Amino acid sequence: MNGQTKISRRNFFARLGQGAALAASGGLVWLYLLKQQARASPYAIRPPGARDEADFHARCIKCGQCVDACPYDTLALATADDAIPIGTPWFAPRDVPCYMCADIPCVAACPTGALDPALDNINDARMGLAVIDIENCLSWQGLRCEVCYRECPLQEKAITIEHHPRRVSKHAMFVPLVHSNACTGCGICEKACPTEMAAIRVLHPELVQGQIGEHYRLGWTIDTPISQDFKAGDGVTETDRPATGLDYLNEGTP
Amino acid sequence: MSLLDKPVRLGPNGRPVRPFVMPASFTGKLNVWRYLLMRRGLQIGILLLFLGTVRAGWEIAGRPVLSGNLSSSELFGLVPMADPFAVLQIMLTGNLPLREVLLGAALILAIYGLLGARTWCAWVCPVNMVTDLAAWLRRRLGITDMFHLSRNIRYIVLALTLILSVFTGVAAFEWISPIGMLHRELIFGIGLGWTAVLGVFLFDLFVLRNGWCGHLCPLGAFYAIVGRLAQVRVRFDTPTCTHCGECARVCPEPQVLNLRDAATHGMIASGECSNCGRCITVCPEDTLHFDLRHHIDVAQHPVNPEHHQRRAA
Repeated sequence: MNGQTKISRRNFFARLGQGAALAASGGLVWLYLLKQQARASPYAIRPPGARDEADFHARCIKCGQCVDACPYDTLALATADDAIPIGTPWFAPRDVPCYMCADIPCVAACPTGALDPALDNINDARMGLAVIDIENCLSWQGLRCEVCYRECPLQEKAITIEHHPRRVSKHAMFVPLVHSNACTGCGICEKACPTEMAAIRVLHPELVQGQIGEHYRLGWTIDTPISQDFKAGDGVTETDRPATGLDYLNEGTP
Repeated sequence: MSLLDKPVRLGPNGRPVRPFVMPASFTGKLNVWRYLLMRRGLQIGILLLFLGTVRAGWEIAGRPVLSGNLSSSELFGLVPMADPFAVLQIMLTGNLPLREVLLGAALILAIYGLLGARTWCAWVCPVNMVTDLAAWLRRRLGITDMFHLSRNIRYIVLALTLILSVFTGVAAFEWISPIGMLHRELIFGIGLGWTAVLGVFLFDLFVLRNGWCGHLCPLGAFYAIVGRLAQVRVRFDTPTCTHCGECARVCPEPQVLNLRDAATHGMIASGECSNCGRCITVCPEDTLHFDLRHHIDVAQHPVNPEHHQRRAA
């Protein structure tokens, strides 16, 4: 009898170990799958108000209520053969862009807050950033295309037309310029672009946007008005200004 | 009386054991299939409501009928509903979802808590249709299990789901769930999710009987735990039972039909019972019925003396 309990106790621990090993091995494969999938395409174009990708992944319950709510059939839920984490909403602007409804029905429909309900003005949405391929943009070939500029819902803010003056043997050019501080990434420009493959595309900002770094102190920006009073260092306030060389070298001396 | 006559087997109640015989008449068959037909009607009907709302824009009085899918939805644009297991996973990633989805999850938890939590599995979950088909084919073709697997594996999968949700920051089961792939793609457009569903079908058909729903699915395990005190249960009238075993032959979770336990509780008490009603319609003695837990008074079925001794003590 005693012997029997001993064996069954040993069995019990053996079973426990087997269960733990099964859980661990299965769990590791599962973990790998999740990590791979979360990386599938961190740069998908998401509906307006989508939180940053990690928070969005955590919150999205994959219910498709945003897809239901979209009046333009812009949104789709990623299926297993899209290179986008499964079941999450996204859109391809060249097919159907976001038409930037003022009441943002997709955000209102989201039950989990994966689309941030704090977004109340669609112009503040940042779904992506339009980027121009100047080798294929018609305007950059000297044609007066400007279709993206005309179609842009935030014309003169998100896209402006810049004049490139004539040089010898070249056309003067009027070229579109995208401003990241206003571009919502709706993709209407990409949809409208007349080239065979769009020369203006909406991409995830992290793919294309650099960062200067805070240690650069610009004494002059492109917006600074040029006037008679212009002095080097304008745009930097007195408190920002680093100590002058002499002060700096004498710092700490009595 | 000839010696060649098979001796009549008697049940523990002294009555002869009779096999289940499928009625010849169509109405008789319909009667046997009544819960099956109701379950299929509900499963397909819910999917159709989702599909009609998103694809055809079904509305009643200007309100969308049923938008979303089985993960989270809204009835008439008013009543939120959500998969409590999915919401639990989201909360474990460290995010508190909006009140809407919390209310929805609470509502579904309350509904299934009352109905019998794994009622979800047999009456709503679309994968049930796939695995039932596999089980039916497997019976037809006489396919046997490739190996034995404990049905408690699902609780390990459940624990893993919760742990992985914490550590990966994503709802771990929702990212691989063949249930989600099936209803999402049926409602929002077909992709490759059917391959996962095909995998479940082949696993159930050739590898292991009730392999997915009965051994692995963590959602079923979640509802089995939630459903321990569910109200709607299968009542068991001990005096009429002859232990013929017909119920266990059709049951997708035969371990819940432990007849001693059933006699003790006067019902199928296990949370793993999905209230599919198969056992009820095949019982030749009319021993099993749907009933409410608080109606089931064990004292009305005084057969198991052991139980009453324990009760008196």
